[in-house]
Amino acid sequence: MKTLLVLVPAAFALAAYLLPSDRLRAWLLPVGGVAHLLLALAAVITPEPLPVGAWLGLDPLGRLVLLLVSLLFACCSVYGLGYLRFRQQWGTRAFVSCLFLFLAAMSLSAMARHLGILWVAVEATTLASAPLIYFNRNRLSIEATWKYLLLCSVGIALAMLGILFVAYSVLPAPHISLQLDELLAGAPHLSRPWLRAGFVFLLVGFGTKAGFAPLHTWKPDAYGEAPGMVGALLAGGLTSIAFLALLRTVQIMNAAGEAEVARQALVVMGVLSLFFAAVFVIKQPDFKRLLAYSSVEHMGILAIGFGVGGLAVFGALLHMINNALVKGVLFLTAGNIHRRFDSKRREEVAGAIAVLPISASLFVAGFLAVTGSPPFGLFVSELTILQGVFSAGRFPLGGYMLLMLAVIFIGMGSTVLAVTLGKPSPRANQVNWNENFLTLAPPATLLLLVLILGLYLPEPVRTMLKAAAGTLEAGR
Amino acid sequence: MENLANLLLLLVILLNFFILGSSRLGACIQTAALQGAMLACVPLLMHPISGHTLFLAGSALALKGVVMPWLLFRAIRQVRIRREIDPMIGYVPTLILGTVATAGAFIFSDHLPLVAAHRGSLVIPCGLATLGAGFLMMITRRKALTQALGYLIFENGIFIFGLLLTEAMPLMVEAGVLLDLLVAVFVMGIVVNQINREFSSLNVENLSLLRE
Repeated sequence: MKTLLVLVPAAFALAAYLLPSDRLRAWLLPVGGVAHLLLALAAVITPEPLPVGAWLGLDPLGRLVLLLVSLLFACCSVYGLGYLRFRQQWGTRAFVSCLFLFLAAMSLSAMARHLGILWVAVEATTLASAPLIYFNRNRLSIEATWKYLLLCSVGIALAMLGILFVAYSVLPAPHISLQLDELLAGAPHLSRPWLRAGFVFLLVGFGTKAGFAPLHTWKPDAYGEAPGMVGALLAGGLTSIAFLALLRTVQIMNAAGEAEVARQALVVMGVLSLFFAAVFVIKQPDFKRLLAYSSVEHMGILAIGFGVGGLAVFGALLHMINNALVKGVLFLTAGNIHRRFDSKRREEVAGAIAVLPISASLFVAGFLAVTGSPPFGLFVSELTILQGVFSAGRFPLGGYMLLMLAVIFIGMGSTVLAVTLGKPSPRANQVNWNENFLTLAPPATLLLLVLILGLYLPEPVRTMLKAAAGTLEAGR
Repeated sequence: MENLANLLLLLVILLNFFILGSSRLGACIQTAALQGAMLACVPLLMHPISGHTLFLAGSALALKGVVMPWLLFRAIRQVRIRREIDPMIGYVPTLILGTVATAGAFIFSDHLPLVAAHRGSLVIPCGLATLGAGFLMMITRRKALTQALGYLIFENGIFIFGLLLTEAMPLMVEAGVLLDLLVAVFVMGIVVNQINREFSSLNVENLSLLRE
């Protein structure tokens, strides 16, 4: 059952590679995306028992991330059908195959219970997504691809070094295992200096993939140059996977009684990320790069949430879902606007709401949601995190967060409103393309989900989050 | 056997310097191939021969010694470049930095809390020195291809470190790691080719259109 979650997308990747027709290949996307979503739902609703010592399996944390990635991919795949109809000048063979490989690698990462497998899967996500960024085949996208590939590969190589350090910390025990349950069980006996050094490397390595400042430099380029749906998958899916990998190491640190070190490191990363995001969001002339900095911001909020602990962990997990969904809304609608105006510069795009009324409205609503305005889900999750921060007595940190969030709200707002409102710019009819059902329904669905999560938290979601938060609190 | 392994590791360090100091890309790739091939032999000398070590040595020899260098050679043939013209910092300063890094690696590993069996072993300093050389190569060179080569050296450093812990990485994981590395070099080769086509040059300083 659980291996199907990896095998089905892999099979679709192969089918996409072998299929000769571009038209039919585009149809594979929604079929594969929905099939994966159904499998993921089945895996979440009727959880299989997780045998101790298994290399693959879904614990509550893995289930949460898997469901989120699968949901986002399903929405993006429907959007992709509409997108690929428009973009037919270059073959779509590599693009569709890599999308499915990307999904397979992300599913494998969510299920990995062995640090080695986790590493292999996370590295595979980098390799499968690099060609996706290059889809538009121009100078800018090749530059973004090279930066992404090199920075993330080096980052992940450092994570491998971190894993080896963790393995070394098991010595001089006669038997070394990197299986998560066995590591957690033996954690109190790990050699502290090696474990700490390993954690630092893992934090830098997976942090590069998640995009903490100052390791985020690939992010604006990759998100800016990739097609909107790829940006959505990177910003919503890949960052959650990277965070999951990071949380696995936090689990080990917790079990080893080193939770304090891990938490402080996460808070430092979070504080830096919020600062960099706030600085670069102001006067950001490019609305897709703007979203990248918003992603850096939210990685920072997540890091602070997990770093503070307690109630904030629950908030951070909820925030992870909200962030993934809302990034889908923003990138997909930003893609629509970009396509019509053939530009993503603030000077050249204005009045999108007159030519693309629904996309632009969704974009503005997504902006309100992402900056934490009520009644959207991010308001609830950010409030929960802040509540956790304040109840832990960390008032300066809470005050700093509020200040940065306000700055980012103003910074993002000025660009988003300039792009959407006002008189349409001369480029408004640059490209003869109009929004249609396929490119509107997915972001609208995602926005609806964010709205529902803001209005009330369904009981199954709450239990899932509680269980996932439990795995991170255990061993305190 | 241990002595032979140490000898190979010392040679690996020397090859680091050769790569850092050479401007001819072909020679650099050949040296990296030789380094990979020598590293592939080390697990056989350090550990009792078993299916796992044989697999590790065989696949590392095939991938690091043959396939990946071949992919890079193919890339330089396609883009028709021979030399790294002007690195960010000259060869002599790079070599000096490399020496400092290597010396640092030896001093640093003396202070690491190693288990008794690994004290005085060359594996850790050699691994750290190779990591340093790869990193230096990635940040000081301008050609995308040399950066990819730097990444390969960097991965060699991690491989050396992993030699102490072959048991921690089961066969399947080891295979996955090597496969990932292979695909990484393959994708990098393709991207290098595309960079050349877009810019008619491989210099990464052309890759500076995207900035704040």
